[in-house]
Amino acid sequence: MSGLGGLRLAVPRGALLGETLDLLDGLGIDTAEVRGNDRRLLFEDAGIVTMRPSDVPTYVEAGAADIGITGKDVLAEQGERDVYELLDLGFGPCRMVFATVDGDDPAAEALRRLGVMRIATKYPKIALAYFEHTGRQVEIVEVRGSVELAPLTGLVEGIVDLSATGTTLRENGLVIREEISASTARLIANPVAHKLKAEALDALVERIRGR
Amino acid sequence: MIHPTPSGTRDVLPDEMRELRAIEAALRGVFDARGYGEIATPALEYEEVLTRGDPAAADPAYKLFDEHGNVLVLRSDMTIPIARVVGTRYATADVPLRFSYVAAAYRSVRPQRGQQREMLQAGVELVGAPGPEGTAEALIVLCEALGAAGLENYRVGLGDASLYPRLLDRVGVPDAARTQIVHELVTRDFVGLEREVERFGEPLLARLPQLRGGPEVLDAAPEGAELRAVLDLLPSAVGERVIFDLGLTHALGYYTGAVFEVYDAGLGAPLGGGGRYDDLLGRFGRPLPACGWALNVERLHLARVGEGR
Repeated sequence: MSGLGGLRLAVPRGALLGETLDLLDGLGIDTAEVRGNDRRLLFEDAGIVTMRPSDVPTYVEAGAADIGITGKDVLAEQGERDVYELLDLGFGPCRMVFATVDGDDPAAEALRRLGVMRIATKYPKIALAYFEHTGRQVEIVEVRGSVELAPLTGLVEGIVDLSATGTTLRENGLVIREEISASTARLIANPVAHKLKAEALDALVERIRGR
Repeated sequence: MIHPTPSGTRDVLPDEMRELRAIEAALRGVFDARGYGEIATPALEYEEVLTRGDPAAADPAYKLFDEHGNVLVLRSDMTIPIARVVGTRYATADVPLRFSYVAAAYRSVRPQRGQQREMLQAGVELVGAPGPEGTAEALIVLCEALGAAGLENYRVGLGDASLYPRLLDRVGVPDAARTQIVHELVTRDFVGLEREVERFGEPLLARLPQLRGGPEVLDAAPEGAELRAVLDLLPSAVGERVIFDLGLTHALGYYTGAVFEVYDAGLGAPLGGGGRYDDLLGRFGRPLPACGWALNVERLHLARVGEGR
């Protein structure tokens, strides 16, 4: 069998896109159209829809896509999504880290003197759960853009963010204080598609495992 | 909106209500024809009643106090209230007992399409009929009800809540490891499940929950024999709707045997489900085997529209 067997796949744009398309190429799925066009979102013939990684669980949970590929970090942040996590695809490795400016740790100082530290992040649930588990009080400041800016301007004492190589952190004078979790790309499935399209889905999983 | 309704609740206006009522009427027709008498119970129950049925019911969406300081909760399903009714009002009645209901239940879910905190459920309870015969009757009535509601492309997932625990017993997995394993199962995380069971050296621990399809999947483990007995009792029109699903788990804690879940290609979420709860009635003073199911009427409606009807 070639192609996706009639399944609709949600593909993440951004850092995971290249290796996702490489994986699909290896399965005999024609991704030339997707590679050649970064404005079009829906590729009906190939059974592919493209979107931000953090939207993938939304589409898959609702059944607008049968299966999807996204990072474990996204799944951990959106833990309430009712989707199956089928496979660890292994690519796109990165770490969720707690970082502050270099030198004396301002977060520890804030925690000691003020009882609470301010943390900027795009992952409020992961950050809050981590500091609760480790017994520290925090104020979460949710930001959308570059998280590295927040501690440099005095908005917060520390950040929780995803780091692949640590380069961006270093270039902004930040150091990793703690590693929270590791993440790789995962294959996820809608719970109803997992039952009603079991054959196509299992065949795809087997081919990915055997690659 | 200037005057919003509480999160997870909504108004129903006449055009939608007419369509919902038509579905309810079709379901009630099946319940009547099959001898499942309709009952109503209070939306409010003493908290103690619900937690007696299922400790997990202690986390309801809405909790309040009456004038004596008793803790009241809005029921999270109809099965536990009906178990209470059987234990108190039918303490000596002949069995089997057949009940149906069309009633609202309340759960602290994340509100989204087809998932309200106040949801209209239609269902049946068959009390005093052991498996596999009782389970087969419940499935037959379920498929009749789905057909009457106007669905054509539905399937019924059939699993067994006791199947995986029995496999854990057979492999000898210690209790300490089970909490995490069950957590991975309930959160549908097969990557986590494979990681947690690897050290026990039994590939079936990871594979069994992923087995679903025709009766052939029952050959994978001796634990599946009881489901085959159910299948043998089903007429072919019902049997061909069944997808055997050895990984089917339910968040509700009172299921003891066969469990089912209803799917339709027109909707990305299950329409409802049910199963056997042979220990529940005993907690209300009348130990009897029982099973039942509930369908979410709003989701039935969504699936019908999704099927283009």
